[in-house]
Amino acid sequence: MNLDDLEELAVKYREEQGETDREVRVCVATACHSSGAPAVIEALEAAGAEPAADGARRCKVKGVGCMGLCSVGPMVAVAEPGADLRESDLYKSVTADDAAEIMASARSTDDATVERLHCPNDMPFFTRQRWIVRENSGIVDPDSFRGYVAVGGYAAMVQALSEMTPQEVINEISTSGLRGRGGGGYPTGLKWSTVAKMPAEQKYVICNADEGDPGAFMDRAILESDPHRVLEGMAIAAYAIGANKGYIYIRAEYPLAVERLKTAIRKAKRSGFLGNHICETQFNFDIEIRLGAGAFVCGEETALMASVEGGRGHPTPRPPYPAESGLWGRPTLINNVETFANIAPIVSNGGAWFAGIGTEKSKGTKVFALAGNILNGGLIEVDMGMTLREIIFDIGGGIPEGKAFKAVQTGGPSGGCVPDAHLDIGVDYDSLKTLGTMMGSGGMIVMDETSSMVDVARYFMEFCMTESCGKCVPCRTGTYQMHGLLDKIARADATHADLALLEELCEVVQATSLCGLGQTAPNPVLSTLRYFREEYEEKLAGSR
Amino acid sequence: MPRTPPATQVRVVTLTIDGQALSAREDETIIEVCRENKIPIPSLCWMDGLSIVGACRLCVVEMAGSPRLSAACSTRVAEGMQITTNSERLQRYRRTLVEMLFAERNHVCSVCVSNGHCELQWLAQTCGVDHVRMPYRNHAYDVDSSHEMFRVDHNRCVLCTRCVRVCDEIEGAHTWDVMGRGSDCKVITDLARPWGDSDTCTSCGKCVQVCPTGALVKQGTSVGEMVKDQQFLPILARRRHIR
Amino acid sequence: MQRQRPDLPSNDKRWKLVNATMRRNGYAEHALIEALHSVQDAFGFLDEEAMTFVADSLDLPLSKVYGVATFYHLFMLKPQGRHACVVCTGTACYIKGAGGLIDGIRQHFDVAPGETTEDKALSVLTARCVGACGLAPAVVLDGSLVGKLGAEQLIERISREIAE
Repeated sequence: MNLDDLEELAVKYREEQGETDREVRVCVATACHSSGAPAVIEALEAAGAEPAADGARRCKVKGVGCMGLCSVGPMVAVAEPGADLRESDLYKSVTADDAAEIMASARSTDDATVERLHCPNDMPFFTRQRWIVRENSGIVDPDSFRGYVAVGGYAAMVQALSEMTPQEVINEISTSGLRGRGGGGYPTGLKWSTVAKMPAEQKYVICNADEGDPGAFMDRAILESDPHRVLEGMAIAAYAIGANKGYIYIRAEYPLAVERLKTAIRKAKRSGFLGNHICETQFNFDIEIRLGAGAFVCGEETALMASVEGGRGHPTPRPPYPAESGLWGRPTLINNVETFANIAPIVSNGGAWFAGIGTEKSKGTKVFALAGNILNGGLIEVDMGMTLREIIFDIGGGIPEGKAFKAVQTGGPSGGCVPDAHLDIGVDYDSLKTLGTMMGSGGMIVMDETSSMVDVARYFMEFCMTESCGKCVPCRTGTYQMHGLLDKIARADATHADLALLEELCEVVQATSLCGLGQTAPNPVLSTLRYFREEYEEKLAGSR
Repeated sequence: MPRTPPATQVRVVTLTIDGQALSAREDETIIEVCRENKIPIPSLCWMDGLSIVGACRLCVVEMAGSPRLSAACSTRVAEGMQITTNSERLQRYRRTLVEMLFAERNHVCSVCVSNGHCELQWLAQTCGVDHVRMPYRNHAYDVDSSHEMFRVDHNRCVLCTRCVRVCDEIEGAHTWDVMGRGSDCKVITDLARPWGDSDTCTSCGKCVQVCPTGALVKQGTSVGEMVKDQQFLPILARRRHIR
Repeated sequence: MQRQRPDLPSNDKRWKLVNATMRRNGYAEHALIEALHSVQDAFGFLDEEAMTFVADSLDLPLSKVYGVATFYHLFMLKPQGRHACVVCTGTACYIKGAGGLIDGIRQHFDVAPGETTEDKALSVLTARCVGACGLAPAVVLDGSLVGKLGAEQLIERISREIAE
């Protein structure tokens, strides 16, 4: 199969979708799904089955992926086929009772909208984003293989298989400057070429979908909205490095994403886009799903592989790195969901195109999950380098209830809190590190003036304490001791000596822990101490 | 007739440890080279003859050109490496790590059967721990005396997993494993049933001998009487390896 | 040496489901977590009989199976209540008052996270972020996600479920 054959297929699928003037798209990702989207779809379909007036526009109801504004779901978009969110009439907090009204306005040929549910599509939340990873989110039906092909899906894979050598694929990825979206920011092209160079019969590709950071749900939304995009990225990676077997390690807490993935894998296999002789080439690649069972540490590469092998999710010392000796001792490529979702557009548009977006050292876009005390909570995708202030106040709409901003927490339990004074820094891997936090997987929790920073630090330390695997001494016992000290401080029972011991423990745990979980566990304490030290000191005995 | 020397793939490298120029086979780890050359470096989970877990972190060393510390047990030597094993910073870290171990369980040397023969005690002495700055957890653990020959006292366990590894890797029984997570971790036999009920335990006693503290001991020992004999391990490990 | 696989522990049909999961994975060691998932899906929790059966089928040491079963928080070693309420304690939910929900449940139903009420009606669990931060504070009640509820509304909702 070559690109022309695929385009023919896409045309065929587009025609099959029938004559539709407007699509009524209902978000069916988790947040909207549990806010009542299935009932809305049912009601819209019932309304659509009613006879329409002569000359009315032909409408079709469609379940689609995440539109981003999760805090006001269920979201509905009325749009012409192929149009994106900014070109749609958007409705928020839709219920089944609103279905008839929405269907009527969608059918009518004047451009009237249902005013009371209307959500302006020209607000910065939509206009300031750039969709690469999420370009199909909210547009295609995540359960439809044909829908994905119809919008140009799998073209990158077919192009790689039919027109490019593995080395050429890796070159494009290296040129793009893409860095791992799981948090570490390791150059993806370098990782790929390392695994590709390993002489081995058997290699593996693993997709890390164990999105454990509390407050982060980018990967879940990507898998629920556009699962084929991730499969395509994995297949391209497998072709580039010479692997024929892939695993997706996904949290059991994401049942909807698991179902969508299973459906996507089944349909891709049936159509010959996964399995043996993919698209009539010599390339074989099969993907299996592995369910996590509730262990944050399994997001760490070596622990994840131990878990795929069926054991306790214990990290092992590196080197050897997974690229050299990974799953069952074989060279293994591990990337996270968002990284794989970036691959297809890079192959299609070229690495240079991608490298033109973002900052000097961090290319492309990043998906962030906005949550906490913020008006427009949800998912956004913006260019690397956009300032935190723009993200929080322009896109996020600022703090609700007239309260003042206090800090934004990034990087989950490995990250830190950024105060107002530093909001004008452009977000990329390196700038956040200088602020004592990190990109992490992309969760951003906004906190208003009522939040206590000591409490926040204690919260994260409690997280690390219960999520520590217990293997290495500093993480297992250090997080316990640090949590005890933070608790003592929060209860205003602590002395200056306790605070000094806390700082010492932070240093020891950071320097000596075996894996990233322990090495970064002190970060929330260190960053809140750096910017909000007075909150700690106010609580110490003798200072009042 | 001259004998041909055995063909070897392994190269020899030179490196510096604490200013001392040394040579080593490239498949050796830093801790092995240190032990050969009598350079003292504290360790707890590492044991010649068992697999490497890199869990106690006591053997961390500084390496020139690397911002991170490396565990000497899990890092192979390389040409030109410059290693510091005993800086003021490392001493401070090790002291804190040993303190944390003491505070984790209920270690009371004066009433321990291993008093005077305990690796944790030696570590405290060599690392200069004179008091524990952090509060003891004071979590009560049980003592399992159900085995006819041995006893396990979880109050004295440091979770080094030597028992788990020797049972699996040398004896081949895999009676021991670790259950739980984080501070809740505990060594167990079979389905966390009393040791004496175990169908898989061969009563070989290897776990008792490799245990660094008074957690695994012989029945009938009193304060200070439990002396461990670990000579067997490198020999058994080598013979198993050859086979 | 060919090893005999153990017989199913009883005629209970659910064992066949568990066995099928292991067979699908060729009774390989790495099927352990998948096998434990299928036991929990079928029986609601893992008891000694099930863990022994899985260990024997996959030729794994008992202590290893127990170690894995207790490492992962999703695996339950005790029978659960008829209804399950999972309170998300992720950061966003924490900021928006997940602690209040747990306290409210504790006061009203006399049950703490990780425990089941005496009448086996309700099990309360916590989760590390269910990824529904837009609906914070989020709760998964009997498998379906409900969001943005206060403590009183949640208690009312749970009481209704129990009464039904």
